[in-house]
Amino acid sequence: MPITVEIPAPLRSHSRGRATVTIDTSQQPCTSVRDVLAVMARDYPRVVDSVMTEQRELRPHVNVFVDNENTRYTEGLDTLTPNDSTVTILAAISGG
Amino acid sequence: MNSATSSAGTTGEVVLLVGTLKGAFLVWSDASRREWRIDGPHFPGESVYALAVDQRGGRRRTLAATRSFHWGSVLRSSDDFGKTWTEPDSHNVKFPDGLDASLVQIWQILPGRESEPDVIYAGVEPAALFESRDTGKSWNLVRGLYDNPDRPRWQPGGGGLCLHTIVIDPNDSKRMGIAVSSAGFYRTDDGGKNWRARNVGVRAQFLPDQYPEFGQCVHKVVNHPSRPERLFLQNHWGLYRSDDWGDSWIDIANGVPSDFGFSMQMHPHDPETVYIIPIESDQFRCVPEAKLRVYRTSNAGASWEPLTNGLPQKDAYETILRDALTADSFDSAGVYFGTRSGKLFGSSDNGDNWMEIAGGLPSIVCVKSAVVAPLTS
Repeated sequence: MPITVEIPAPLRSHSRGRATVTIDTSQQPCTSVRDVLAVMARDYPRVVDSVMTEQRELRPHVNVFVDNENTRYTEGLDTLTPNDSTVTILAAISGG
Repeated sequence: MNSATSSAGTTGEVVLLVGTLKGAFLVWSDASRREWRIDGPHFPGESVYALAVDQRGGRRRTLAATRSFHWGSVLRSSDDFGKTWTEPDSHNVKFPDGLDASLVQIWQILPGRESEPDVIYAGVEPAALFESRDTGKSWNLVRGLYDNPDRPRWQPGGGGLCLHTIVIDPNDSKRMGIAVSSAGFYRTDDGGKNWRARNVGVRAQFLPDQYPEFGQCVHKVVNHPSRPERLFLQNHWGLYRSDDWGDSWIDIANGVPSDFGFSMQMHPHDPETVYIIPIESDQFRCVPEAKLRVYRTSNAGASWEPLTNGLPQKDAYETILRDALTADSFDSAGVYFGTRSGKLFGSSDNGDNWMEIAGGLPSIVCVKSAVVAPLTS
């Protein structure tokens, strides 16, 4: 029962080039986005640092989706991640 | 020289480290400083507000604070002047767990004293000081300053609540000062355990009490290693000097067109000589009368003279930010500055004559320099 995490191109240099990371929830239980990021931090700490601040809050110009739902409009990092779901990390449409 | 400038030597090549809102550029010349070569952009798309060269301990290391609009701030380094840069496995300057602060941006990088070649300081937003004692491999928050009881009443300036200036006493490892917009100037005499506001005589024009203990919007402070107790301060309105490490300040805005400004730079060899670039006002942040003039004092602020040869004196609506003015360490000092409109100017004769080194760069927020031994490819 995997959860798939999609890594945006700017962060792939911190995921050893991987566009997706698969988490086997039978081995590493994950019920929320926060859990998923905690598992990701073991192997890809820079990816997670880029998504969350050191106080474990989502950075203001980063969006995380669970399937097609933007977690900013659900439960934030506590949004549930069902088995077989896809967690997508994206830069917000913003910049200078 | 300005403690926020890392330069060494009086022979070799000069490199200007130019930080912009869209990346960094390394701009090279030989000692003549007539022809320049631009290398970059490094970190395209990321803003670079702080740069430094660290040549202590046999190193030749460039330090760069990069900030992605989306992905946060990281301190990177290069031992080959930007051919390769480190990519830390995780963000390396960060507040400890459980505080109410997360790093926004690194505003200043300062290699420490020659006697402590592994020590580096970083000033950040939200206002705090970090220290590394292992050449930047690991960083610790200076809790003495973070826990200062004044801190909850510090207010952010236009650039955010940032610690943008660090000045050290090269002879006393326990003494240093910092400046925060807008909190003012603070000094420690015990290695960072305790800090006290030192703003007596510095005006806060934007407050009902114009001379508070703290709350001033200091824009830059510089000192010279041969006379570290003498400080020069460019304020958000006000130009000051202290001869006692900030215990008291006197107004030295003698003959300048405006005492508002951001940038300030010490001459590398003369503790009486300082450069500033006045800005018209906080409401109109361009050089006065649209004339691009660097002002120089050669008598510690008793008088100032405009330096204009080679600089545009008409329709120059330019803004120069707090870290965008620097000097090299050649005997005939080079002085350099960058503008928000992306122009880079330089002088190889202490500011007497100027040339435009580059135009069309992204908006410049930081210019630092170093004289280095000739590179071998």
